[in-house]
Amino acid sequence: MIALIAFYLFATLTIASAVAVIFARNPVHSVLWLILAFFNAAGLMLLVGAEFIAMLLVIVYVGAVAVLFLFVVMMLDVDFASLRSGFTRNLPFGLLVALVLLAEIIIAVSARNVGPGTGVIPTVTQPNVVALGEMLYSRYLFPFEIAGLILLVAMIGAIVLTHRSRGDVRGQNVSKQIGRRPKDAVKNLQPGVGEGMIL
Amino acid sequence: MIGLAHYLTVAAILFVLGVLGIFLNRRNVILMLMAIELILLSVNINLVAFSAFLGDLTGQVMAMFVLTVAAAEAAIGLAILVVFFRRRGSIAVDDVNRMRG
Repeated sequence: MIALIAFYLFATLTIASAVAVIFARNPVHSVLWLILAFFNAAGLMLLVGAEFIAMLLVIVYVGAVAVLFLFVVMMLDVDFASLRSGFTRNLPFGLLVALVLLAEIIIAVSARNVGPGTGVIPTVTQPNVVALGEMLYSRYLFPFEIAGLILLVAMIGAIVLTHRSRGDVRGQNVSKQIGRRPKDAVKNLQPGVGEGMIL
Repeated sequence: MIGLAHYLTVAAILFVLGVLGIFLNRRNVILMLMAIELILLSVNINLVAFSAFLGDLTGQVMAMFVLTVAAAEAAIGLAILVVFFRRRGSIAVDDVNRMRG
């Protein structure tokens, strides 16, 4: 019973916040609604026992992606009101396409009896994280490495794209620094008494 | 009792909302990227639901890969957006015609 209530709560809030993401006037509000949608989707995944994916959703989506969105929305000085000009013009057509798409998906799902009809989640013997880790590091090791490579490429790409060298900052000249030798920089003197200080 | 069909319905509605978001916010790239995130989230819900109800963890592994690609896509997309804004002072999609494509 409590699982039923939790499912409907999470599902309703996910969909409601997804609607709010689309229709919010202020993009900052959109990002905040997106965060709420991610949290509720994580709750939905917890209900079917996918604990690790739920935690990953909170950490990666809320902690990294949504914060990145928030950062960019706040950093760019954009007149967002002018960007909404085609909103009402596209609304009827967009709603039509969305309704047709939804009807098609629901017909396709209900036309064929998907998966086990009992609706009961099979009992698991291992904790979710243990089972997932054993699978990820054995059978899916190579795709896992490729995923790491994708993240590396994305990181380097983002840095290369957004980096710009500023002219008004004095930076470090590495070759000059390495090329400097002690005999150019240090003088060894033997001053007599009273001659040690040069004024 | 909550079955697989309930989860598939939620994911379908979320997917359609993402598509609608792309349709409605045709000029705002940031909101388009957010709508794409919604679509990928619905895909993840589908994968996890199937994985749980079939008792096969492969779906959850695939959901992790989708998550990876979503994070990389958001980073690159926003980086391109920042560069574009620096050059043009606007993020309207209509202005993206530098290459006359």
